Amino acid sequence: MTLERARGLPRSFMAHGSSFADFLAHSGQWPAPDRALSGSGTVDVPHATTIVALATADGIVMAGDRRATMGNIIAQRDIEKVFPADEHSVVGIAGAAGVAVELVRLFQVELEHYEKIEGLPLTLDGKANRLATLLRGNLGMAMQGLAVVPLFAGFDLDRGRGRIFSYDVTGGRYEERDHHAVGSGSMFARGSLKKLYRTGMSTEDGVMASVEALYDAADDDSATGGPDLTRRIFPVIAVADADGVRMLPDAEVGEVVERVVGARLTSPDGPNAPLPGGAR
Amino acid sequence: MSVPFYVSPEQIMKDKADYARKGIARGRSVVVLQYDGGILFVAENPSRSLHKISEIYDRIGFAAVGKYNEFENLRVAGVRLADMRGYAYDRRDVTGRSLANAYAQTLGSIFTETAKPYEVELVVAEVGQDADLDEIYRLTFDGSVADEHGYVAMGGQADEVAEALGASWRSGLSLDEAVRAAVAALGATAAAPPGPDQLEAAVLERSRPRRTFRRLSADRLAGILGVSRPQPPAAGVADSPDLPSPGGEGS
Repeated sequence: MTLERARGLPRSFMAHGSSFADFLAHSGQWPAPDRALSGSGTVDVPHATTIVALATADGIVMAGDRRATMGNIIAQRDIEKVFPADEHSVVGIAGAAGVAVELVRLFQVELEHYEKIEGLPLTLDGKANRLATLLRGNLGMAMQGLAVVPLFAGFDLDRGRGRIFSYDVTGGRYEERDHHAVGSGSMFARGSLKKLYRTGMSTEDGVMASVEALYDAADDDSATGGPDLTRRIFPVIAVADADGVRMLPDAEVGEVVERVVGARLTSPDGPNAPLPGGAR
Repeated sequence: MSVPFYVSPEQIMKDKADYARKGIARGRSVVVLQYDGGILFVAENPSRSLHKISEIYDRIGFAAVGKYNEFENLRVAGVRLADMRGYAYDRRDVTGRSLANAYAQTLGSIFTETAKPYEVELVVAEVGQDADLDEIYRLTFDGSVADEHGYVAMGGQADEVAEALGASWRSGLSLDEAVRAAVAALGATAAAPPGPDQLEAAVLERSRPRRTFRRLSADRLAGILGVSRPQPPAAGVADSPDLPSPGGEGS
């Protein structure tokens, strides 16, 4: 970054606008990420895997496993893929890890920047749309195999409830009802969530259901990491409600994980859904 | 052939400085002071939404007096500089000193190179890990910068307000004591100190993680000052953080 020392802040700093990403692109002060890569072929990079989110009576719960894979190699076993986006929303990522983490960083600055310049935060829909725009800028890289698929959720202060948004690589934005999952293990996690989800469930139950869903994803998807009790590496879990975002401490997640893994020792497929014939 | 009219550089600079000083002197005052838990900003500002005090970054706050559009421009530029540095490097690499330098350069070049200088005075404050590491920079319209300790007053009756604050300020004031001292100082030249609905106040709270900037609501101020809850503003009365127009009655 080169400031024009003798003349103070450059003109672009005084221009109109409250978007950090737009400012970055037009300021010429910092090379914006090269979204449209030239050249062909694919690169082998770490990929982040499964994220689940569900709406509770108080807000939302989002959880992510800790594995990053590169082909058949486990690239990292304690990667974090769920982040607070601002004080009332969270974002989880699946896809090319390096690109995804950078996208989250830009998104976080974007939200804070808007809030400081305008003096009030964006609405939850505004944040969700902003993420869609940032994601669309990544389409060129997605075409070359470096796709990023985020999952966005937060507490909508205007509507007084939690909401979940999913995306596709072109920046398509879709609001989800109740629950959703993204990443390589998402089919198994979604199947699991369908059976465990209850409308208006408590945050505590929501945390339990999300850990069960991640366990089921790891059970059938080699790229999703299950809870690692030997190394004490547990899913990252974020809760957003009227009081804001809270990242659950390891000790709290550890207790839930131990209960889930303990129950699986006797019933490896997890909890049963009730049937009318009373079969157990 | 007409002979170009000669004006000495001294005269030009003096005229510009007088112009800027006059503009700033018409506005209401702002004070910035250290208290035991951080740094307190208090401004006389009847507007709820047009701020004179703002957050720049995690531990950096901004206060200004003078012409609203001019200091708002500078505030936005400061937020951009801080966010860009934090994004390019790390959040801890954003410092009040570098921001104060950028403002000094900007104000300095505007003062010397343009016909109309900015009629503003700014404070950039950064709360440190303890009171000794707090930094308060005061910047004037010509780009000069001063490193202040304890308290700063700027705006209309800056000298009188600073004098009053000097009498009541000591290190280690509690937040409530600091607010009362600041409000009393702001009212030093008036018949009565400004009420909670005439005040804008915020703190940089040393102990908070990450973003330390918090506004103090009018209700909170009313509680600290021990006065009744603020009344909603009368309809049809404009509230502006700007300095009153030259033809106006002033305040």
